[in-house]
Amino acid sequence: MRLAAEALSGERGGEVIFSDTSFAVACGEALLVTGPNGAGKTTLLRILAGLLRPAAGRLALDGGGEEWPDIRAACHYLGHFNAMKTALTVEENLVFWQRFLGQARMTASEALETVGLEDIGHLPFGYLSTGQRRRAAIARLLVSHRPVWLLDEPTAGLDRASEGRFAELMRGHLREGGMIVAATHLPLGLEGAGELAMGGQAR
Amino acid sequence: MLALYLREVRLGIRAGSGALTGVLFFLAVVAVIPFGVGPDLNLLARIGPAILWIGALLASLLGLERLFQADREDGSLDLMLIADGRHMLALTVFVKCLAHWTANVLPLVAVAPLLGLFMNVPPTGLAAATLTLLVGTPAITFIGAVGAALVVALPRGGLLVSVLILPLSIPVLIFGVAASRGAVAEPDPFLPAFLILVALTLFFAVIGPAAAALALRNAD
Repeated sequence: MRLAAEALSGERGGEVIFSDTSFAVACGEALLVTGPNGAGKTTLLRILAGLLRPAAGRLALDGGGEEWPDIRAACHYLGHFNAMKTALTVEENLVFWQRFLGQARMTASEALETVGLEDIGHLPFGYLSTGQRRRAAIARLLVSHRPVWLLDEPTAGLDRASEGRFAELMRGHLREGGMIVAATHLPLGLEGAGELAMGGQAR
Repeated sequence: MLALYLREVRLGIRAGSGALTGVLFFLAVVAVIPFGVGPDLNLLARIGPAILWIGALLASLLGLERLFQADREDGSLDLMLIADGRHMLALTVFVKCLAHWTANVLPLVAVAPLLGLFMNVPPTGLAAATLTLLVGTPAITFIGAVGAALVVALPRGGLLVSVLILPLSIPVLIFGVAASRGAVAEPDPFLPAFLILVALTLFFAVIGPAAAALALRNAD
C-alpha cells in the first residue's frame, strides 16, 4: 500500500495556507509533519482524512484493494479533541468506538492496559486528567484496525513515560506494515521517519 | 448503528437531563393557558388538543441545537464524517435523531394525556392527541436535524434553529391538530388528517437526515 500526495495545496477561509506539497508514504513508514504554528499541519491532516477538500492537487491510496478503497476508509484520525463523551465511562466510550468503527482488534480492557489505564476504565471520562484523556484517545487507535494513523500533536499532555509507551506502540504499528502521518513539534521517538517541513505562509 | 443509538440514548438520559427540562417547559406552557383564557370548560376542551400540540412542539425544540454541536466540540463528529464509507452519514444522522427523540421527545408524549386533563379534554380527545403526537413529533426532530446541522458551527444557534425549522413544522402542526380534533368533533374526519401526518413523518424521515448530512459535510 502506498499513500501519495501530489502538488497538494490547502486553504482555509479562502486563503491559501500551503501549496505544492508532495510526499509519499509506503507501508511501514512514518512521516513527521513539522513547521511553525499556522503552517497548515492540521489542515494537511484534515485534508488527508477527507474532512476538508484540497484546493488543488491529487491524493491517493494505492494498493488498498477492496478493503481500503481510500484514505478516509483506511485511517484513524487522532485530532486535537479526544472524541470521547465526558458523561460515559472510559470503557463505554471505547466499546462504542470499537462497535462503530468495526474491524475490531484489541478489546477495550486490553487497549486500556496497553496505554496503562487498566485501573480507571470504570470512571467517567470527565474525571480524567488531560494526559489520561489523551491516553484513552490513543487506546481508541488500538481497539479497531486501520492501516493509516493520522495523528495531530498526539503527545500533547503526555508525560515522559507515556510518550515512551506511545512511541513503542507506533513502532509496533509500523512493524506490522502500518503507516503514520503525524504533525508534531516534539520528537516522537521514531527512527528513520521522513520529515515534511512546512514553511509557513507563502506570501 | 445499534451501538450509536444506545450511546446517544444513554447520553441523553445521563447528562443534563434534557428530558426533564422539556417536560417542565411543556407543563409550564399548558398550565398557564387556563389562567389566560379563563375557566370556560367548553372552550378549554375545544382548544385543548391544539395547546397540547403547540406545547409539545415548542418543548421539543429545546436542546435540539446541541444535537450535533456536542459531537463537534469533542471531535466525535469528525470521526462520524470520516466513517462515512462504512456508515452512510445520513443513516448516522437518522439514528441520532431517533435517539434524541427517544430521550427527549417521547417523555413529552408520555405526559401529554396528563396535561390534557388540565384542559378538560375528553378521553377520546386525549387518546387522539397522544397518538398524533406519537406519530407526528418524529417529523419535528427530523426537520430539526437540518436546522441543527446548519448552525453546528455557530456558538449560539439555539434561537436560529427554532426560527429556521418552525415554518417547516407548520404542516405537521396543522395535520396533527386536525386529526386530534377530528376524533372528537363529529363532522370532521380523523383518518385522512392522521394519514397525512404519518406521510409527513415518513417524508421528513428521508429528507431530513439527507439534508442534515449534506450540511454537516460542508460545515467547514
